[in-house]
Amino acid sequence: MTLAALTREWRAFSYGFLDASAKREIRRGLVKAVAIPGYQVPYASREVPIARGWGTGGLQVTLTLLNPRHVVKVIDQGADDSVNAASIRRFLTRVSGAAATWDTLAASLIQSRHRVPEEVLRDDQILVLQVPNPEPLRPVEPNMSIARQMHADADYGRLWLTLYEQIVRSGRVMHGAAYPSMVNGRHVMAPSPIPRWDVPKLHMARHLTILSAGREKRLYAVPPFTRVEPLVFDDVPYRVEDHAGLTCHRSGLKGYFMNEIPQDGGAAFEVSDSHLGIKAIRRRDGEAVVIGETWYRNGEMQR
Amino acid sequence: MTALAREAPRLVTRPPLVEVAGVSKRYGAVTALHAVSAVVHAGEVLGIVGESGSGKSTLLRMMNLEDLPDAGTYRLGLPGLPANLFALDRLARRMLCARHIGIVYQNPHHGLLMHHSSSGNVAERLLVAGERRFAVLRDKARGALDASEFPLDRMDAPPAELSGGMQQRVQLAKAIALEPALLLLDEPTTGLDVSVQALVLDTLKRLQRDRRITMVIVSHDLGVIRTMADRVIVMRRGRVVEEGLADQVFQDPQHPYTQQLVHAKL
Repeated sequence: MTLAALTREWRAFSYGFLDASAKREIRRGLVKAVAIPGYQVPYASREVPIARGWGTGGLQVTLTLLNPRHVVKVIDQGADDSVNAASIRRFLTRVSGAAATWDTLAASLIQSRHRVPEEVLRDDQILVLQVPNPEPLRPVEPNMSIARQMHADADYGRLWLTLYEQIVRSGRVMHGAAYPSMVNGRHVMAPSPIPRWDVPKLHMARHLTILSAGREKRLYAVPPFTRVEPLVFDDVPYRVEDHAGLTCHRSGLKGYFMNEIPQDGGAAFEVSDSHLGIKAIRRRDGEAVVIGETWYRNGEMQR
Repeated sequence: MTALAREAPRLVTRPPLVEVAGVSKRYGAVTALHAVSAVVHAGEVLGIVGESGSGKSTLLRMMNLEDLPDAGTYRLGLPGLPANLFALDRLARRMLCARHIGIVYQNPHHGLLMHHSSSGNVAERLLVAGERRFAVLRDKARGALDASEFPLDRMDAPPAELSGGMQQRVQLAKAIALEPALLLLDEPTTGLDVSVQALVLDTLKRLQRDRRITMVIVSHDLGVIRTMADRVIVMRRGRVVEEGLADQVFQDPQHPYTQQLVHAKL
């Protein structure tokens, strides 16, 4: 049985799969999210044809924003060719008539799970991040009513305390992903499980970032040119993953975020942004491929 | 007679640091506080005694701005603070408490994060007040724990692994970390065995003597109040029935209820 046999052409559905009232509600939520950067806006998350936790939040936002002129890129942990990314991309194009791409530079709308592309995003691009756990306070306050009150009061003492405890126990902050970050000096957000490497890319970025959690029914945003500052002590600097010296064994790229691939007796590294790697290989093979400006150069964030 | 008691006539001419006036609070049909007024002068220890349900802990909660009364005013004589702290919004009350008021609860579970480190519990107080330097947090937490006579080799152990006396010392360190203008103690030695109780009281007395911290201590144990307090108010059914210098109240109680309390105890 094929996907085509299970689904109908998009014209038979509401345009973009979601009904108009669902989109209207999400658009209102998006306006509020952009107006109050980092603030979690509740919304009535709809059923979509993938399981909760597989990107339903991101998918609903993307479906709401899509129009036939959009060019969509979908990535999963940096890869365009994973099963989840391929399925979502195919679904999006089927129900919207929008074009699809793997190239970050060509995309106008990028839905991503757990990575921000390595090439710098422009002001005409929108990044939609899928979020499993939108509440940065959940580890310190399981009662969500109290957590919301804490956000209202900017009461982040216990969040800071977790960082203090990590340094006391381990000598460094142990947050590998979803590093709690202060947005616009007011709300702390969980920037989806992007690695620490990617958090600086959101700071004063030219593009709009929308984060949405379908299962938790919350969306929030980082508008263009907004401060996103990881919570760090004044005397303990923020550190990204130590990938600056690693080289991609396929593309030869160096100084980007890498995936570790265990090998017999060691490990090989592969650039996590898979299409950046593909472009590098094609360029090496003599094709005239344009690689955009990247956030990092030789492992150093460019600002 | 304590030094403060001897100084009392001079002390009362100064404006008080804490002034609670006409505070009333009802919980349903129960009147917990009925037009209670009290003053505490800088550097003084005020003891509040009374049987269970007399309203002493409710009054302390009001002083810590955890709860608001139905009527009454609360003034803390520090520069820049409004005439009535009860009129502040919730966020302002929280910030004021974090900065100027410390509290030690009877139950450490109330005042401590039991599964964070002891130093972390103290550091949290500093973090809420805006301190963002790790080294300073560490130093100040160590200093406050040391002042509370907490063994520093256990400063990173969680309170859940400590004895009741040690937990109270962590609470005390947390309460004094920011050198508050007012320290509130709600039955700080209840539930501790007698020897530990004496050690905790010694620590409190030393802190009061060295730092001249203004304290309000609530206890149903007259021995604790007698050891600690310069002045005492006696509460019964939400009202203040007697007030005076500690020696005077304990040696020559005037109100029949106080007489009953004193004689029952001594």
